[in-house]
This record gives sequence, structure tokens and C-alpha cells, in this order.
Amino acid sequence: MDAAAPPIVVIRNLTKSYRRGSQSIQVLSGINFDIARGEFVALMGPSGSGKSTLLNLIAGIDSADEGSIRIGEQEITRLSERELAHWRAGHVGFIFQFYNLIPVLTAYENVELPLLLTTLKRRERREHVEAVLSVVGLADRMDHYPSQLSGGQQQRVAIARAIVTDPEILVADEPTGDLDRVSAEEILQLMDRLVREFKKTVIMVTHDPRAAEKAHVIRHLEKGELSVT
Amino acid sequence: MFMIKYVLRNLFRHKLRSILTVVGVAVAVLAFGLLRTLVGLWYSGAEHASATRLVTRNAISLIFPLPVSYLERIRGVPGVDSVSYGNWFGGIYIDEKHFFANYAIEPKTYLDLYPEFVLPAKERNDFFLDRKGCIAGARLAKLYGWKVGDLITLKGTIFPGQWEFVLRGVFHGAEKSTDDRALMFHWSYLNESMRKSAPRRADQVGFYVIGVKKPELAPEVALKVDALFKNSLAETLTETERAFQMGFVSMTEAIMVAIQIVSYMVIAIIMVVAANTMAMTARERIGEYATLKTLGFKSGHLGGLIFGESVSISLLGGAIGALATFPAAAWIETALAQYFPSFSVSVETILLELLAALVVGVVSGIFPTWRGSTIRIADGLRRIG
Repeated sequence: MDAAAPPIVVIRNLTKSYRRGSQSIQVLSGINFDIARGEFVALMGPSGSGKSTLLNLIAGIDSADEGSIRIGEQEITRLSERELAHWRAGHVGFIFQFYNLIPVLTAYENVELPLLLTTLKRRERREHVEAVLSVVGLADRMDHYPSQLSGGQQQRVAIARAIVTDPEILVADEPTGDLDRVSAEEILQLMDRLVREFKKTVIMVTHDPRAAEKAHVIRHLEKGELSVT
Repeated sequence: MFMIKYVLRNLFRHKLRSILTVVGVAVAVLAFGLLRTLVGLWYSGAEHASATRLVTRNAISLIFPLPVSYLERIRGVPGVDSVSYGNWFGGIYIDEKHFFANYAIEPKTYLDLYPEFVLPAKERNDFFLDRKGCIAGARLAKLYGWKVGDLITLKGTIFPGQWEFVLRGVFHGAEKSTDDRALMFHWSYLNESMRKSAPRRADQVGFYVIGVKKPELAPEVALKVDALFKNSLAETLTETERAFQMGFVSMTEAIMVAIQIVSYMVIAIIMVVAANTMAMTARERIGEYATLKTLGFKSGHLGGLIFGESVSISLLGGAIGALATFPAAAWIETALAQYFPSFSVSVETILLELLAALVVGVVSGIFPTWRGSTIRIADGLRRIG
């Protein structure tokens, strides 16, 4: 983490509300938030506090009502759906609570998915996939289907899929929420390694204080407003 | 390549559901094909009608006769090559269930006008020489096990009495579609009997068949023939053989239209079933589609996946249904030989079957594709877990 470098994520006056029937529910109100390059940030807070919404907005899979989100040099709130899809494919890696692997594809094919949107040739894709599966320690399981893997292994495949395009930012929504303690610890160590060795910026939503301990910074969200720990 | 692999694996994700849908489409396509073939057959008689043959009948109705004396006057009309005549006999063999066409004809001119009825020279000659002789189509002879020399008795309905004929020949159709399920005998035999039993009905024919020298002369000859008998006691109506046969077909037009509607309904029903299956599939995979969109896949990719699966299932069912049409048609041809001259499936029907399957696949994929591609990623991801 380089404290002198400009932040990779700059959020200003971010507001988001949802409509439920005739009611408008304010989820985020006037959020201002910077994340330094190579930082491991944990977003915590009670259910409904807006942490997953904030994560989705940073990842470009939801749109804000007001405010701006700049990731690197890109102001993503001004991008169209199509431009956002293209941007996400190259700049953000996603790690989900329930892994979100495609059940009919092998570990190798799941990891290869994001690369299919690039111009890489088949041989180059293979090299990338094998490399990241080695990083997560699953080089020997690449032909296994998700149903043939444990929860921890599935999440490691998901992490391999998240880093295979070498994105600057990894967003993780409760990455250990569906895992036992041992598997959760392995995943957290792997994420920590991605930050230390591969200089990734990780933004993680979690309820688990033990998971949050791995982060450099813990941000609490409550009633749509942020506080720093 | 990857998308094809993904689509194929998705196809067998819920094996039972996919198999049932494929079978459903196959059965619907088969039913569609058989019904289309049936409708096509109904019109095939008219479609195979000769362009150089005209049929003259009483202008009031076919059930009213014409004097046989018209023969020479018709023969004298410019453009006429040959003329034959006959009567619908309507005789019953065994009982009403064993229906087949039977009519009295002037043998030589009639068989000259209908070269599609192929008869060995010897049998043809024997038939000409035997006034009580008859000829029968090969399929009819096979159905009842008739052999040349057999005695065949028909019970007259229009012409009362027991009518006995000696089978002198068995004709084959020049083409598979030629109707060879008819029996024909000498008009002179019928006429002589009428002279004895009902003299007022003698020397009358039910129809004339006119052979014209060139197809383009047909309208002109028809007008001239009808003009000859204008204001007579038995005015004529002359029309092409095709128009004459279409007159019979149009009597059953409502049934044919109903069958056609049913054939489309079958496809519409399976379309709804397939659309429901695809909607269920898409609903179950909304989280997966949201994940793919998160990774950067666009609506077009998802459309390809969903449409690919929907069209693959339908085309697989369609191909099975189209292939099954041939043995099913062969079975119908054998089992219902007395009703259909042939039950052969046309290339057009097979293409229509495949087109119907494609339409089912495309239509049933529209709603799931729309749903899958328009869902908000955040909403889709919430469905997982």
C-alpha cells in the first residue's frame, strides 16, 4: 500500500435509495469514501445497513441516484450498461458468498469464463487459467465440477476466476459466510496473500469480526452512513 | 465453441425435463406432419389432374344425366381430340363399409384418355372383348385378394340389382399418387340392362371426358361445348378436370380447414408447453445469468445461451418427429389402404415440420431471453443462496 499514491477508489456524495411499493427507502446517504491502492478494506454493519449496496455500486453492478464513483481514472457512474459490462470485465474481480460457479462447467472452464471476453488465444487462456489455479492451490482439480469440490475449494475456484483477468480491484461479498472455520481461514489467508503478493485492492463485506481482522481498514456502515475503525 | 458446449451441457442438466420436452415436440411435430399430409392428399387428386382433360356434366347437377347422343356433337367441336363417357355406378361390395369407387365407362376411349392407368396389353384386350368384364386397381385387388378371372358381385344402389362382373385385368398407377382403388366396367353392359329394366334411364351418361389437343385450348373448347347445348333440355357444364375434382374437394372443405386448424393448434399447444419449460429453466438460472453479467457477459451472450437451448431442444424434437413421420405414414398407408391411394410424406411437409419446430424453439425462447437479459444484476444475485 502506497500512502502517497492517489486513491484507487474515490466516492463522493453517494446516495442510493430503493422503492418498495410506494415507499422510497434511503439506503446510502451522502457517502464520501476513499480507498488506497493495495488496501484491504472490510465493510461491516448490521443487515440492511447498505454495505452490499455500496459494494455493488463500487463494482459497477448497480447504479447510484446521486454522487460520483471514480475507480482509477474512470468515473463509472457516467457509463452506460454496455460500457459498465466492458469495464467490469477488465477491472473488477468478484467473490460471492455462495461462490456462484456455473455447475455444468469444470473448475477450469469456470475460471476461463472471464477470459472468453478477451482477445486471448486458447493457448494463452490455458496458461492464465493454470497459473491462477496454481495460485489458489487447485491445479490438480481443474477438471472437477463444482459439485465434486468442497465449499472451501469452490470458493478458491471463485477467487481464481476473480483474479484471472488480473483486475485492480477485488470485491468480496461475505466470502466466508458459507464456510466452516478452517475453510474460512484458508480463504482469508488467500485474500491476504493477493493483497500482499499481487498488490490487489480488496473490498470485502462481512459480518464476521475474525474476517474483518485481516483487513487494513474496517469501515462500519449504519443507517446508510460510514464510520472508520 | 464455448457457448455450444455450455448450451449442450445445459440441455442435459435436467434430463427428465429435457427428454419430456423433446418427446412432446416430437409428438406434436409428428401429428402436425401427418395432418398436413392428410390435407395434402385430399387435394392431390385435383393437383394431379391432367391439363388436357375436360369433364362435361349436366349444368344443373352431377346427379342429372346427359344423353349419350351428345357424344358425336362434342367430338365435332374444334380442338377436341377424343371423347369418352361414363356413369358413376355407386355399387356396394359386401356392405357399405367396403367402399370403393366404381363406375361404368366406355373402355377403349376412357383408357386412352387415362394413360396413368397402366394395364397389360392382354388384360386390356380381354377387358375390351368381355362385355361383363371389369378391371380393378392393383391396391383394390390386393385388398380383397382378387385375381384375374374372379367373379365380383356389386349390389346396385343408383342402378338396382345384383351386378356380376368378371375381373379381366388389374391396372397399376403410372405414379405412386395415382388412385388405383377403383373398379370400372363396360358402360354398354349397364346401358343394355337399363334398356330392359328401366328404358327411360337408358342411353344416358353421367359425364363426358374430353381430351383436348393442347392445354391452352381447354377454356375455348369448354365454352364451345356448353354453347352447343345451350337452351336444350340438358344443358352442360364443362370444366377442367382439376376444377371438376375441386368441386368434390370443396364439399369437404370445412373438414379440411378444421384439420388444418387442429394441425396448427397442436404446434401452438407445444409452443406454450416449451415456453413454460424454458421460462422455468430461466427462472432457476437467473442467479447464473446475473453472475455471467457480473463477469462482463452481455445480454446478447445470455440470449444466445437461452435461445440456443430452446432452439436445440425444439429442433431435436422436430428432427425426431420428422424422422418418425416416415414409418408412421407407411403404417397409415398399410392400415388405411382403402381410404388413401398413397400416404407419402412430401419434402415440403418435412421442411414445414422442421420450420414449425424452429418457430417453437424461437418463440419459447423469447420471454426467458428477455427476462434473463433485462434482470438487474443485484436482483439476480439475491436469488442465489
